[in-house]
Amino acid sequence: MAARKTTPKPNVSSEELTQFYRDMLLIRRFEEKAGQLYGMGLIGGFCHLYIGQEAVVVGLEAAAEDGDKRITSYRDHGHMLACGMDPNGVMAELTGREGGYSKGKGGSMHMFSKEKHFYGGHGIVGAQVPLGAGLAFSDKYRDNGRVTFTYFGDGAANQGQVYETFNMAALWKLPVVFVIENNQYAMGTAQQRSTSTPDLHTRGEAFGIPGEVVDGMDVLAVKVAGKTAVGHCRAGKGPYILEIKTYRYRGHSMSDPAKYRTREEVQKMREERDPIEHVRIMLIEGKHASEDDLKAIDKEIKAVVNASAEFAKESPEPALEELWTDIYAEAT
Amino acid sequence: MATEILMPALSPTMEEGTLAKWLVKEGDTVSSGDIIAEIETDKATMEFEAVDEGILGRILIAEGTEGVKVNTPIAMLVEEGEDAASATVDSAQSQQPAPADKTLTSESAPAAAKTHPEPDLIPDWPEGTELRQQTVREALRDAMAEEMRRDGEVFLMGEEVAEYQGAYKISQGLLDEFGSKRVIDTPITEHGFTGIAVGSAFGGLRPIVEFMTFNFAMQAIDQIINSAAKTLYMSGGQMGCPIVFRGPNGAAARVGAQHSQDYAAWYAHIPGLKVVMPYSASDAKGLLKSAIRDPNPVIFLENEILYGRSFDVPKLDDFTVPFGKARIWREGSDVTIVSFGIGMSYALEAAEKLAEDGIDAEVIDLRTLRPMDTATVIASVQKTNRCVTVEEGFPVGAIGNHISAVLMQEAFDWLDAPVINCTGKDVPMPYAANLERHALLTTEEVIDAVRKVTYR
Repeated sequence: MAARKTTPKPNVSSEELTQFYRDMLLIRRFEEKAGQLYGMGLIGGFCHLYIGQEAVVVGLEAAAEDGDKRITSYRDHGHMLACGMDPNGVMAELTGREGGYSKGKGGSMHMFSKEKHFYGGHGIVGAQVPLGAGLAFSDKYRDNGRVTFTYFGDGAANQGQVYETFNMAALWKLPVVFVIENNQYAMGTAQQRSTSTPDLHTRGEAFGIPGEVVDGMDVLAVKVAGKTAVGHCRAGKGPYILEIKTYRYRGHSMSDPAKYRTREEVQKMREERDPIEHVRIMLIEGKHASEDDLKAIDKEIKAVVNASAEFAKESPEPALEELWTDIYAEAT
Repeated sequence: MATEILMPALSPTMEEGTLAKWLVKEGDTVSSGDIIAEIETDKATMEFEAVDEGILGRILIAEGTEGVKVNTPIAMLVEEGEDAASATVDSAQSQQPAPADKTLTSESAPAAAKTHPEPDLIPDWPEGTELRQQTVREALRDAMAEEMRRDGEVFLMGEEVAEYQGAYKISQGLLDEFGSKRVIDTPITEHGFTGIAVGSAFGGLRPIVEFMTFNFAMQAIDQIINSAAKTLYMSGGQMGCPIVFRGPNGAAARVGAQHSQDYAAWYAHIPGLKVVMPYSASDAKGLLKSAIRDPNPVIFLENEILYGRSFDVPKLDDFTVPFGKARIWREGSDVTIVSFGIGMSYALEAAEKLAEDGIDAEVIDLRTLRPMDTATVIASVQKTNRCVTVEEGFPVGAIGNHISAVLMQEAFDWLDAPVINCTGKDVPMPYAANLERHALLTTEEVIDAVRKVTYR
């Protein structure tokens, strides 16, 4: 099956465009704040920021319906905010506090929300791919019309279990959208140094899975592609691959000296392709919003993020008894 | 109101660093995302970005300064028109470092068991229950069929479980009764199908995954341990994983090193898993039914050689055996022999031969390794004062080692001899028939161990 290019149609209302701006800005500001709290020692361990990739999750959430599931890797803060999880709970998990989504026991890489159908937050590169297909398997078993968005990176796209999963997902026609967030670097290894063929959207061809490449710095293009993919899955045609070309501005994790790319490369992306700036210009030029309107949104988002940081600092550390809970579920 | 810029922690282990270079000077305007300094950590030189906007009022730490502690103010950011020298720091923005870890006190650790819990001596079925002879193979199939009839969300997947009727014929007849939606042949891709099964359990289904043998589960062990066993904890109790991983484990006969390993100790090591290793057909049935109903991931270790053996199985509509309850197969007063799975064959045979020489052995089948019924073992050793453990697995980090440690800590004063662990030999499994016999455990070795601990 040949890869198809989509032409994004800017068929979008003022309200939706403004919502995209708001949702992406929330992720951007939240991540900046997380980076700051890390620097202050309030967040420990690994902390992988999503800055630069915001249009991917915001565009795909716009293509999702109630009850659809999502699962991703350790670079997961953006996914959680985009599907409506509470910034306070996410930030408090980053600081390892009782008010966090996992009561402080999961950390940056391991958060979940049954309510929002967010299934983690997984720390082993590629492991979430069969898990996501398994979530889709449960929906197909129940014949409930739900779709699972399974996110992974260009690095994970080389893992063996991904191809085992492609095979079974296609064989069993599982309703799963494989979202390859291609930010061009697997930790510090550029894609051309790790990957024999660069077109990751064609990786499903051997299994009969259609795929397309999407401009991940354009939230509207992402939404259009997401709708196509979801429609394919809901029609019972099995999995679909979206290779979404994106870029992370920050390091792989906080302790990344970023010697594998030039400062100019990052700067050029920020200046020319920033996904939030892209929507900001559309809003202003299309007269959907005034500078003052956007300033008000900025202020509002800043307040939400600052409140989440305050919550995350004030929430107490988990009680020591928590060490011994949640190891086994009780029979019901 | 000025904002302090603090020395950042730029790696999980960084406590201090060198402020290598300032890339901005006093009076410069900085905005969020600008690189303002280079900082050397314990690992590398990192660029440090500004988070807040403002004018760099004052540099507090000169470039080239070494050993700057994390969270030390290194510069002041002021607003336009503000005088850096007289600027006051907004205390709300001058954040405090994270509170120090509270150290775990001895009170909060689980109290060491000073008093021993009473063993549960209730028999598995009421006296007078009608019994029938059944093989372990039939018992396992009946357990799955009964649970699949009971709960529509239970399904079986694995290599050759459906049309082939099971590589070892455990799933015989299940495809006919339940159809291909619930009895699913997989490609030979353990890593992938295990991950899919775990994902389906996160989605609320109750999968039974058959591994053709547990040797092949090593391909999938990341999904079993990192995904299935740990997610409940990592999610603060939100996301459970009700799943059973089952199949033959340990040596069969003459199949060489890669197909002959006992994984009991590997899985028993992992918090979040439950581990079952039955010997008899009644236990195979009752424990597998409990495993399928359990809301946690259960490792169910079978044995190819035991599949064809027959045992009494109670004729009951819904017969289950609880986890964490050992079974005393033979009461005795001179020594306690503790085993599980196929190890029980050697233990029972040794006990019979020892009885001919007047040594009266008590034989305990642990049945589940996690949770483990140490209470029954301790109570027995308090009576016999001697203990031998029996398993086919490798000797280093064996289940027997753990039992020895428990007895040392909790029944030291009752022991009249060191505990001896009978295990497989510390070698990969050889193919030659004579070598294989020696690599495995022998009944003679168990008898010798009992003679050593009883000094007879």
